[in-house]
Amino acid sequence: MRETTRDAFDRALDTRSMRRRSLYVDAWHRLLKNKAAVVALGTLGVMVIMVLVGPWLSEWDHEIPDWDHYSTPPSLETGHLFGTDALGRDLFVRTMIGGQISLLVGLVATMVSLVIGVSYGAVAGFFGGRIDNIMMRFVDGIYAMPFMFFVIVLMVVFGRNIFLIFVAIGAVNWLDMARIVRGQTLSLKNKDFVEAARACGATEWQIIRRHIVPNLLGVVIVYVTLTIPQVILVESFLSFLGLGVQEPLTSWGALVNEGAQELETAPWSLLFPAAFLAVTLFAFNFLGDGLRDALDPKDRV
Amino acid sequence: MIGYSIKRLASAIPTLFLLITFAFFLIRIAPGGPFDSERALPPDIEANLAAKYHLDEPLPVQYLRYLWQIARLDLGPSYHYLDWTVNDLIAQGAPVSFTLGGLALLVALTIGIPIGAWAALRQNRPADYSIMGVAMIGLSIPNFVMAPLLILLFAITLGWLPAGGWEFSPARMVLPVVTLALPMIAYVARITRGSMIEVLRSSFIRTARAKGMPEKEILFNHALKPALLPVISYLGPAAAAILTGSVVVERIFTIPGIGSYFVQGALNRDYTLVMGVVILYGMLIILFNFLVDLIYAWLDPRIRYDEQGA
Repeated sequence: MRETTRDAFDRALDTRSMRRRSLYVDAWHRLLKNKAAVVALGTLGVMVIMVLVGPWLSEWDHEIPDWDHYSTPPSLETGHLFGTDALGRDLFVRTMIGGQISLLVGLVATMVSLVIGVSYGAVAGFFGGRIDNIMMRFVDGIYAMPFMFFVIVLMVVFGRNIFLIFVAIGAVNWLDMARIVRGQTLSLKNKDFVEAARACGATEWQIIRRHIVPNLLGVVIVYVTLTIPQVILVESFLSFLGLGVQEPLTSWGALVNEGAQELETAPWSLLFPAAFLAVTLFAFNFLGDGLRDALDPKDRV
Repeated sequence: MIGYSIKRLASAIPTLFLLITFAFFLIRIAPGGPFDSERALPPDIEANLAAKYHLDEPLPVQYLRYLWQIARLDLGPSYHYLDWTVNDLIAQGAPVSFTLGGLALLVALTIGIPIGAWAALRQNRPADYSIMGVAMIGLSIPNFVMAPLLILLFAITLGWLPAGGWEFSPARMVLPVVTLALPMIAYVARITRGSMIEVLRSSFIRTARAKGMPEKEILFNHALKPALLPVISYLGPAAAAILTGSVVVERIFTIPGIGSYFVQGALNRDYTLVMGVVILYGMLIILFNFLVDLIYAWLDPRIRYDEQGA
């Protein structure tokens, strides 16, 4: 059968679509070539599985003390892999439960700051002009404030429940996100495809939702990865000051705080949670760096 | 430049005003008051106390009274440390906190910049990778983890340094300053490396090399100054980081600075003390950002704030 022009055209399109790789597939391949980032990703995966499954594997509970073992060092014989704290509670289980809370706070609070920051920045950047000016002035204003002190006051004021921690940290952490997204939006909104959408009669909100926000994804992914460790850090900081998660729940920050008080007699109660916290932050930072290199080709050397 | 400075400082007033207003009402929403105690006071005494500190007035009146008080640079009496004014408390704590923070910043810059520049010169070689790896570790260990670890090693195990307390002596200051400085060293090194790499690739450096200028001169006379610009702009956030860091460090090393007042003040509902610290810190951050802009203009002649349309 003779090939018509139409067939040839279809075939050309076909092969092109087969070879076409989206920005994100491309970025994924670049990320996989970055050894540090892959190791970081693996570490985080293992960490998540560990904190989720860990508590089930131990015969101990994070609340109930082992009356025979107070402040005992790690040992296989007693079954306390990470030792026990001054109240006789198993530190392995507590470290895992603390990890669940720390990671949960990291994710949820980051989502809060993500939603606020992206919508704020996208609106400011998209409408530009006077609205942008006022909105960014407001951000500058808040920027100049000692934000950690506001979190502390918020925690003191509204009691110390975990949902408040999410909101309080997220609500003060959106400023950077808003700035980055605004800058990106400013440069996106004059692109041809936005004009094309407008010519087709799309409303402003449709353009923001369908065209601007998806294109912001790359920057946002990188920033989210770097925000999660920051948020985990803030939560630990609050817990360290005794303002974060309350007993019987715990978090890595709270455990570090308890451990630091028994430093001389029971160093293991500091070392294990501290190591988990540091490794997690380390992995997130490396992953964020790798993602930045992968998603932002202009920075590549 | 002077016109710009005045304009800039004037624009800090609304920011500060916003800060004061927000903090004032936020802390007042908190349940409980400064004179609550385990044992309930007789109602008469409670009323007298409230009247003495004007806590019985409506909130807006208290707010205006407070503003008027601040306008006269009086931060009021502390509600918890009776017989102390907030001015006194801050005057006592501030030198300690500022010494600590200033030294930490100084250490961070004098170590971070050379390390970062050196890594940039060795880009993608083992030296670069190891420096940046260590810097990443430095960034990932929070100071409230680092401090106990340092105490464990240098005070308890080795017994070289005291574990806490404060006096203006090197032995007592080493550990707190190092704790505060470590993450900043890492950050400064990373920024310096990044901007240095960019500058070294720019055309004016290539020109300098082409005309046969010695590498040392290129580095110090041409590359370093523009490469430092991002480091300068980091000083604003760095000031904020030191302030929060000092809360932790002062607590762990039992140092009587203002950071420790703040948390205690908030828990005690010591309204005036909390407000005093918030105002002081807000002013510091504003001042730092202002200094950053001035240094920026001085380092980069292309930036001139007072010219229109520049």
